[in-house]
Amino acid sequence: MILLSVATFKKGVHPPYNKQYSSNKEIQQIPQPDEIIIPLQQHIGASLEPVVKRKDQVRRGQLLADSDSFVAAPVHASLAGEVTAVEKVPSPQGGRVLAVKIKAGGDQQEELAEVPGKEPEELSPEEIRQAVRQAGITGMGGAMFPTHVKLAVPEGKSIDHLIINGAECEPYLTVDHRIMLERGEQVVDGLRYLMRATEAEQGLIGIEDNKPDALKALKSAAAEFDNIEVRATETKYPQGGEKMLIKALLDRDVPVGGLPLDVGVVVNNVATAAAVSASLREGRPLIDRPLTITGEGINNPGNFEVPLGTPIAEVIKAAGGFAGEPGKVILGGPMMGQAQTSLDVPVVKGTSGILVLTRNQLEEYSPAPCINCARCVDACPMYLVPARLEKLAQQEELDKLEEYQVMNCIECGSCSYVCPAQRPLVHYIRVGKAAVTARKKSEQGGS
Amino acid sequence: MQSQELVVTSSPHLREETSVAEIMWTVNISLVPVMLAASYVFGLRALAIIAVSIISCSLTEYIFLRARNKEVTLTDGSAVVTGILLALTMPPAIPLWVVAIAAVVAIALGKQVFGGLGNNPFNPALIGRAFVTAAYPVLITTWTFDGQTAATPLNLKMMEGEITPYWDLFIGNIPGSLGETSAFLILLGAALLIYKGYLNWRIPAGMLTTVFLLTWLMGHDPVFHLLAGSLLLGAFYYATDMVTTPITPRGRWLFGVGAGVFVVIIRLWGGYPEGVMYSILLMNMTVPIINRFTRPRSLGEVN
Repeated sequence: MILLSVATFKKGVHPPYNKQYSSNKEIQQIPQPDEIIIPLQQHIGASLEPVVKRKDQVRRGQLLADSDSFVAAPVHASLAGEVTAVEKVPSPQGGRVLAVKIKAGGDQQEELAEVPGKEPEELSPEEIRQAVRQAGITGMGGAMFPTHVKLAVPEGKSIDHLIINGAECEPYLTVDHRIMLERGEQVVDGLRYLMRATEAEQGLIGIEDNKPDALKALKSAAAEFDNIEVRATETKYPQGGEKMLIKALLDRDVPVGGLPLDVGVVVNNVATAAAVSASLREGRPLIDRPLTITGEGINNPGNFEVPLGTPIAEVIKAAGGFAGEPGKVILGGPMMGQAQTSLDVPVVKGTSGILVLTRNQLEEYSPAPCINCARCVDACPMYLVPARLEKLAQQEELDKLEEYQVMNCIECGSCSYVCPAQRPLVHYIRVGKAAVTARKKSEQGGS
Repeated sequence: MQSQELVVTSSPHLREETSVAEIMWTVNISLVPVMLAASYVFGLRALAIIAVSIISCSLTEYIFLRARNKEVTLTDGSAVVTGILLALTMPPAIPLWVVAIAAVVAIALGKQVFGGLGNNPFNPALIGRAFVTAAYPVLITTWTFDGQTAATPLNLKMMEGEITPYWDLFIGNIPGSLGETSAFLILLGAALLIYKGYLNWRIPAGMLTTVFLLTWLMGHDPVFHLLAGSLLLGAFYYATDMVTTPITPRGRWLFGVGAGVFVVIIRLWGGYPEGVMYSILLMNMTVPIINRFTRPRSLGEVN
């Protein structure tokens, strides 16, 4: 056995990982859906302007909507057919958003952008950023921030490390694991383009040590590149949090209110890296993504390649449907994922998983009074005092919330997870963050 | 696909199993050896005191919760914790009616008037004990051992300058309150709580280290001061009451050190031979300000 030096951060929690349901299942293509729904707002920043209208015939890969704004990534058709509507639909992030609906029809042959197929060294950083933007690539780990924006290093800053996040610390999810096993070379290839785009000298891939096969696969894929290192990190939640991963791998603290680039780092998810490679080598826009569908409430948990815009009901069907009575359908993992009311919501660029918990698994929680046990303080990877933040948020003490650094909360859920009084700590902290943000906005608007 | 009624709550969707009740009952279980030792050393009378204290605390809690129109949460075990901790501060010859009064005061004035579990600033058991110390000063300082009136090790030290052998202190073959006899059994119970993660080790570490170093510096016997009186019981069980102690890591150190300083001041220069109760109650008062000034620096926060 080889002893690995295991990188880690302080605090955090150890939830049951439950990855065994799907970690051995190869990524499979799901059957072609009859209809797809592409929301025009998938991330913070500008909403996109549609460039197609009802009754238009579109090809697979064709541009559907774009924006002049810098903080925006275009969306493309993941299905050839007819645009049936441009209307508001329920969004997986809550609320309703404008979306393009397409009904399947005609030749499903993909339309690829023309690419020079050049090696990273033969391209300028700007050319790579342009290609990434055109392909509509955003972060695929969850937040869906446009990748080309992350890669644009502001004047006066420089990036020395490009980190690929292969931690996959969310329980149940296995898609990043499968990508690393099955598409390790693509991930390393994407990393090389990302390094070139940011002019980073060193590439780092961080993987939790519960995935030794992925560590091995990426080490061999990266073996020929001297400036790419694959490192094991401790299996601990939230190891895949950007700030935790940077702390673990480089022992650098991202400043409060700052970004990784303030400490010379850009972090991208493994799926994003693979998508970057596909866009630069093959000219493929981001129109499909692999995801995990899993949980005790699913008959055949697995990993599937899914066209973006596919209603989650179709993915559930492809995985054998519900096992027993479904209680919760969650997009993402159990720690940070969002519970859904409708099965009509589409898979979007950041949908890394669909988790179905059965009704029997759900427990009713009746919060007891806080007894100051400090388990939340001992769990918080951001060194906050969640119990205090909860009270301050309830009392709308905005100045105090800021003093206690509420905006530094990454909403990882570790505090709520360990709370013996079962208090909804993160929930109130989110409320507090929203109140502080709203006040900042109104102050800016008023001046 | 038909859309069933799905449950929607905000994340996280996973919770650890630990509950407040589990923490409280584990504390109770960890005190069983100490209670058994008390009944071995002082006879069945010790069990009677413990029973009266638990029943009176629970009854008071029940009446107040009903009167306040609150859900009756006796099963959370917190009133039983107070009952046991109060009983362990009592001398074996105390009349049972005094125990009952102390229990009513502990729960009513120590806990419920502040809004019940989680809201009380002072350790309720120590409030009950402090009341008895003020109201029945003779009864609370009458120590018996083997049916005879006897002086506690700290009394002997204060009055006669006599030091009780360490081994007797460690094993518990000495006069004293119900819970302050055996250092060994207290450490055993505390070890269980530390193992389960239900005990803030920083507080006893700070408190015991402070008492050891200060008494040593002052030219006294530090080992005697560690083992005698209610210091170990106080440091591991009363000074670590979650509700009434700081929530921040540095705050817990400060709380322990502060309590240790008060113990030494009272023991060496005060009118009482023992000062653990008052030192903890005094430090309880400082918890809000300690919490405020020991807020951890958040990751990436400068200065």
